[in-house]
Amino acid sequence: MANHTIAETISIPYLEERGLLSWLTSTDHKRISIMYLLSISTFFILAGISALLFRLELLTPGKTIVDPHTYNVLFTFHGAVMVFLFIVPGLAASFGNFLIPLMIGARDVAFPRLNLGSYYLYVIGAIIVLVSLSKPADTGWTFYTPYSIKSGTDVILLTLGIFVLGFSSILTGLNFIVTIHKLRAPGMTWHRLPLFIWASYATAILQLLATPVIGITLLLLVAERAFGIGFFDPAKGGDPVLFQHFFWFYSHPAVYIMIIPAMGVISEVIPVFARKPIFGYKAIAYSSLAIALISFLVWAHHMFVSGMSDMAATIFSFLTFLVAIPTAIKVFNWTATLYKGSIDLKSPMLYALSFIFLFTIGGLTGVFLGALAVDVHLHDTYFVVAHMHYVMIGGTVMGFLAALHFWYPKMTGKMFNEKVAKIAWAFVFIGFNVTFFPQFILGTQGMPRRYADYPPQFHSLNELSTIGSWILGIGMFVMAINLIRGLFNGEKAPQNPYNSLSLEWQVPSPPPHENFEEIPNVTDWTYGYGKKSA
Amino acid sequence: MNWVPEVASNLASKVDAVLWFITVVSLVFFIIISFVLVYFAIRYRRRQENEETPYITGSHVLETIWTIIPSFLLIVIFAYGFVVYKDMRTPPQDSLEITVTGKQWLWLFAYNTGKTTLNELYVPEGRPIKLVMKSDDVLHSFYVPAFRVKQDLVGGMYTDLWFTPTKAGTYELFCAEYCGTGHSAMLGKVIVMSPQEYEKWEKGEEEKAVSSLPPAELGKKLYTERGCNACHSIDGSTLVGPTWKGLYGHDVDLQDGTKVTVNENYIRESILEPQAQLVKGYTPTMPSFKGVLSDDEISGIIAYIKTLK
Ligand code: HEC
Ligand SMILES: [Cu+2]
Ligand SMILES: [Cu+2]
Repeated sequence: MANHTIAETISIPYLEERGLLSWLTSTDHKRISIMYLLSISTFFILAGISALLFRLELLTPGKTIVDPHTYNVLFTFHGAVMVFLFIVPGLAASFGNFLIPLMIGARDVAFPRLNLGSYYLYVIGAIIVLVSLSKPADTGWTFYTPYSIKSGTDVILLTLGIFVLGFSSILTGLNFIVTIHKLRAPGMTWHRLPLFIWASYATAILQLLATPVIGITLLLLVAERAFGIGFFDPAKGGDPVLFQHFFWFYSHPAVYIMIIPAMGVISEVIPVFARKPIFGYKAIAYSSLAIALISFLVWAHHMFVSGMSDMAATIFSFLTFLVAIPTAIKVFNWTATLYKGSIDLKSPMLYALSFIFLFTIGGLTGVFLGALAVDVHLHDTYFVVAHMHYVMIGGTVMGFLAALHFWYPKMTGKMFNEKVAKIAWAFVFIGFNVTFFPQFILGTQGMPRRYADYPPQFHSLNELSTIGSWILGIGMFVMAINLIRGLFNGEKAPQNPYNSLSLEWQVPSPPPHENFEEIPNVTDWTYGYGKKSA
Repeated sequence: MNWVPEVASNLASKVDAVLWFITVVSLVFFIIISFVLVYFAIRYRRRQENEETPYITGSHVLETIWTIIPSFLLIVIFAYGFVVYKDMRTPPQDSLEITVTGKQWLWLFAYNTGKTTLNELYVPEGRPIKLVMKSDDVLHSFYVPAFRVKQDLVGGMYTDLWFTPTKAGTYELFCAEYCGTGHSAMLGKVIVMSPQEYEKWEKGEEEKAVSSLPPAELGKKLYTERGCNACHSIDGSTLVGPTWKGLYGHDVDLQDGTKVTVNENYIRESILEPQAQLVKGYTPTMPSFKGVLSDDEISGIIAYIKTLK
């Protein structure tokens, strides 16, 4: 970026240049962000459709549309694609890429070419995953051994795809860490940084440190499948529980890779639409780091009944309760920010408030699962499915949709139809709850997860859940159409439609290629809303 | 609607007590947060474009309070969950031990009288039962919701679990750990009997010495006892699997396009390695009976199938 001649490119909006090649070769963080956004959205839709299909299968007991093997393939595809192709790259790669340089007052990330390289790794990984669909895996996204070694499906290709995706994640994390350390504008001290930056920083640390573990684990799995080396299969002298330790050593921090950026989004949206400084800035900023660090120490709470020792279970249960504390603090701080605000219930704010509401349910139900005695009953039931979706959809996806609606004018230079956006929100919110709330009850009643078929006593709640999935699907569809229409028919967006104080709103919509005409000199934090004397 | 399954073991009521305790604490938090959220959103909604708002950046008092109170409650919840868990993990000395083997996709129970049962676990009421469990292949998980117990079965190691059934009756047994195509069909029953009945069951109809029965009759007996009848008919109708009527000597189309004539070896292989030669039009849901059926028993089944013309 430094060797561009600024005079040449200044004030040309980043979207201006046309042609596929100009996109695929661009090292502009904003263009890379858009490419990620389109890619992950495509996979979100594919994985969403597979969920609608297997929910349809669960509409009635017995076979509804597919046989058990196809059902297993569908939920594996849904889980693996949602996790590795949508939600892990998710907010970090899309909005993180767009916003980090703009928010800290930089012209680009620290290593723009590496950034483009990360995107290509993502694409290669995604293609490998798609190729594996010729004989799609049926192992679940968790790849538990020894089933993943014995399954006759194409587990090797799927895991290799995820292995490649891991590098994309690692390099993105590295890039962001360096960017945040080195490229902050003069006066942009750590304690003035937008909380989205703190969140991205915590996430990047997790990406960098945790991802190599899943890479190695999957390679061991491939080695075992391909060459019969006995790491995890007891028939070859391996230890299946070891695989679970390795897997969750990554995948638990990964949960926070998925959720922390969404928390960052909420911390940006709420002050703007409440016109209030964020309540407890430092507590929120440091709790992101605290969550990131503690998240490395709780992995085995997925394994209380796996056959590991009772002592280990006890220790991990205790540590799990520790991670609940910084999470609770954030929820209280966001809520307190609303106090005496001037609250504008525009669509980004509706999604942000939904986040607080749904994520609270997700967090509190996590407490049930952290408590040893209760977990024994609820583990591997629909309670876990519901809990996880309240965190992942109620949390991350709500944060994603809040971000999409909030920064849409900045990214596209257009406005969408606000009324339709609100209607879509209502469908999404209601549909989500109708889909997943019944699953908590199915879980306490004892219905195991990953069941292609179920005994009749679980019928009515499953039916309700399937109907909910249609409402949710309609909401997502209307939302997508509304945003796509905005691109073509929307009004031109003003520079700062929501009166935010953050730096990205102080440049034109869409921003010019070089972001800032002149690197700004920062004199105050991002959240100086409201009247100081009052 | 029942929120939880019926209470049928000594542990179930204890687990439920923790469950309700957490439910109450969570509900209190949830109601407070949702109420405040909705109240603020309505009370402070924007009425004019240029409303002024106060500059409030935090409060150490509040932040301390809402760090300490949840921390305290979380530790209490941890401790309560742990205390009950310790009970769940400590079987009494005088427990009745039963060995459980899980394999794709069936449950085998071996009692210390030498009796074995398939997919049905028989236990006496009021007596602590300790299950010592292992898997012959992939992971499985023994889960009886009415008892609130669950434990994975792992190849290469033994895991255990205990409970005291408190109510005579029949309860559902699920496999809770994903184990492949037949995962949701890996169901069983736990039959809890009064101690007197159990004694009778234990002594009654001792497994007849295998060799004392003529092979075809042994096969007929195994057909129902080992659960083949759940998937195979003997009257020509199609269930989950192909019918056995007229099977022997008949030509079968396989999934891979080849054709075989059913003979002794084919039947034997179908029982031991059902997925090796898949019949066209069926899904690979048949469990392998390797290690479950002895050679004599397999010969018995073959003899029985031969009689089904
Ligand atoms: C869970 C259902 C299920 C159970 C229980 C089951 N089978 Fe099967 N069986 C099948 C299915 C499905 C097929 C066809 C697919 C295949 O070849 O594996 C099959 C195929 C067979 C075949 C080959 C039939 C043919 O037409 O070629 C034999 C022989 C057989 N089973 C024997 C048994 C015996 C003996 C038992 C009991 C000890 C048993 N099965 C229990 C589902 C089952
Ligand atoms: Cu199983
Ligand atoms: Cu199973």
